[in-house]
Amino acid sequence: MHYLFEPGLFSSGPVKTALLVGAVVAITSGVIGVFTVLRGQSFAGHSLADVATTGGSGAFLIGVNQFWGFLAAGVAAAAVMEGIGVQRRRGRDVATGVVLGAALGAAALFLYLGTLKTATTGASFTVLFGSIFVISPDTVPALIASGVVALLVVAVLARVLLLTSVSPDLARARGVNVRLVGIAYLAALAVSVSLAAVAIGAVLSTALLIGPSATALRITKTPARAMAVSALAGLVATWLGIVLAYDSYYWPPHGRGWPVSFFVVALVLIGYLLSYVRPRTRRAPRSPHEGVECSPA
Amino acid sequence: MFSGLMMNTWITASIVAVIAGMTGFFAVLRGQTFAAHAIPNGAFAGAAGASLLGINVIWGLLVFATGGALAIGALGGEGRDRRSRNDVVTALALVLMLGLGALFISLGSQYAEETYADLFGEVFGISQGEVLPIAGLGIVAAAAIAVAFRPLMLTSALPEVAEARGVSTRTADLYFLVVMALATSMTVPVVGALLMFSLMIGPAAAARSVTARPGTALALSVVIALATVWLSIALSYQTNWPLGFFVGTIGAAFYLVGQAARAVAPRRAAVPDRAIAG
Amino acid sequence: MPLLTLDGIGVRLGGRQVLSDVTFSLEKGDFTGIIGPNGAGKTTLLRVILGMTEASGGQVLVDGEPLHRKTLRNKNRAAIGYVPQKLVIDPDMPLRARDVVSLGLDGHRLGFGFPSKQRRELVDAALADVGADGYADARVGELSGGEQQRVLIAHALISRPKLLLLDEPLANLDLRSEQEIVTVLGKLAREHEISVLLSAHDMNPLLAVMDRIVYVANGHAASGPTDEVVTSEGLTKLYGHHVDVVRVHGRVLVVAGD
Repeated sequence: MHYLFEPGLFSSGPVKTALLVGAVVAITSGVIGVFTVLRGQSFAGHSLADVATTGGSGAFLIGVNQFWGFLAAGVAAAAVMEGIGVQRRRGRDVATGVVLGAALGAAALFLYLGTLKTATTGASFTVLFGSIFVISPDTVPALIASGVVALLVVAVLARVLLLTSVSPDLARARGVNVRLVGIAYLAALAVSVSLAAVAIGAVLSTALLIGPSATALRITKTPARAMAVSALAGLVATWLGIVLAYDSYYWPPHGRGWPVSFFVVALVLIGYLLSYVRPRTRRAPRSPHEGVECSPA
Repeated sequence: MFSGLMMNTWITASIVAVIAGMTGFFAVLRGQTFAAHAIPNGAFAGAAGASLLGINVIWGLLVFATGGALAIGALGGEGRDRRSRNDVVTALALVLMLGLGALFISLGSQYAEETYADLFGEVFGISQGEVLPIAGLGIVAAAAIAVAFRPLMLTSALPEVAEARGVSTRTADLYFLVVMALATSMTVPVVGALLMFSLMIGPAAAARSVTARPGTALALSVVIALATVWLSIALSYQTNWPLGFFVGTIGAAFYLVGQAARAVAPRRAAVPDRAIAG
Repeated sequence: MPLLTLDGIGVRLGGRQVLSDVTFSLEKGDFTGIIGPNGAGKTTLLRVILGMTEASGGQVLVDGEPLHRKTLRNKNRAAIGYVPQKLVIDPDMPLRARDVVSLGLDGHRLGFGFPSKQRRELVDAALADVGADGYADARVGELSGGEQQRVLIAHALISRPKLLLLDEPLANLDLRSEQEIVTVLGKLAREHEISVLLSAHDMNPLLAVMDRIVYVANGHAASGPTDEVVTSEGLTKLYGHHVDVVRVHGRVLVVAGD
């Protein structure tokens, strides 16, 4: 056991912060991720993550904490996506991709200019691949608060969200403002993506969003259970990732340490693959939209 | 800007643009834009891994990009519906590639600038020795596409007919993905893994909006890609801003122009079918 | 000598006997409809003829010669023009109607295919034969269902096949287009002496042009002239439960009785 918990693990300040923030990230992503996969919006989640990169780089450039950059860009992008609505699937993929390309190009610029300004290197790495061990303690309350708010929004909207995910027309017929629900959901998604970006980087945040939830949806029968399992799976992957990353300072090459994001992503993937081991006898509830992009509205 | 050293840059970038334009045309045609996202990420991991092992970057690029391409081909199902199958696995694998890249980078002795270059492109300071392998790969990739032009068109538009004629759509898929891997290995060091997508897809999407003739659209993809790259190099040289920024922005601009042209051009009016005397 | 004969064809798919003992033959210039409810096995039958699905029993004879699946495919490449139900396209695809037809000449060969006067003439002729010359240069993604269907037929036609095989060509078409396609096909069968074999779930649009029918239901098939095959007794026997055939104003209705 002491191989797993290397000396100093539990007394280290950064590790404790990482574990706390990691928990918030994992639970938020796990829960919201379930809706994302149900609504077939994995691509939207991925797009938001890429746009968040631009925000994070911009924040770095103007000297503001990256989380706010992720968040601002994410929410703005979510609003735009909701505004544009749905088009032909293939056309939309190309359009989104091109816009993402421009966003990433802007991110490249911001990172470059920011590096010039502050003469620090390594910003690219943290924006793209996360900085969970170097989170400043003053941002922790903000991170936790955002996560809690996002979860509350989703909790309040849970049933309506499910309805609109499965059948927007039915929801409209029942008098639900499908557009508003869509916006609220996308905003919560933006928060979730931003949190994940802080932990494991914008570019990799998709893993925490869709991995645990896809795994959970394979092995549970109800959305509620799926959310619980997803949060749990995400939590395990994140905490184990943090522990392993800490331990890896003692692994070759000594004193270097392997990145948390790598461990988390690898563990998430392993978890997903494991869900294939036990053949399912009954299909988990699946939205007819899974794997097919549909309108957020 | 056109000094001896810069010539290497111009030449390399031009070759990259030509290949990106050709590959992008088919990627958009076949709706395989996702693969265009995923394979460069694999290439990124490969480059980082090669750097870690201290071997020539091109090997890492080729191995990982090709491996990724074959994996995508194997995971996909028959027919055009392949994307709805296993979306999650491909997305996770894509992200894992980036994670691996991150791992290799932090294990190795790469500086932040090299990370940045692998992701966002670094085209200046290409040595003579590097131009040749890229040119070689370029010729191979271009030839591979030219040779398979018709079967690729047929399997894209009429997959059932292709099958009936004995042209396997599966083989065509794999073939094209491997060509894309080849193209990616060439372009990632120049334009960066994250922006390779823009160079492949932007020009191709713009070209197809403007013309309906397949041959012309292919040629136009190449021309627009060249224009994008040349403009980006010139601007990057002048401002010292990263090449990737210009590629992403100009690629998007061309795409928007194409969309605008399409919206403005009169849609085909319904032509009454010639009545056939029964 | 019949052009195509199916003799006792059976097909087993996924452990299930999908078709048993299907027998019929086609002569040159015949217009034959494979009719039956959805899921009856019409497409399976077409795939056996194309050599894409293995028959578990019986044989396929082309010009009197029994062929195995592999040789079927090779032989068929020249003799059969296959018309799929639709194109896989999006409206922006850079492909004109004439490009699709041109692929029918040599789309399976490697390389580029350089434009030549001869090629252009062949393409123009094929388009004219189906009445699609008015939109030869239009983007194929912008064409209506009926227009696309014509282009697909021209594509199959250009290689001078002996048999035109169409998979549900009338599905997804409005009534007017339906009629027009049937007229085009009828003309091709009569004037160009090309055999036409198509599948459909509704025989009514085809009654005027069909020479014979192959009615597929319940894993079996009955073939012959329409009036002989489509009777209450005949179909009841085929379906295995009571079925009424009602003729109203020249239309045929197959109704499940109890």
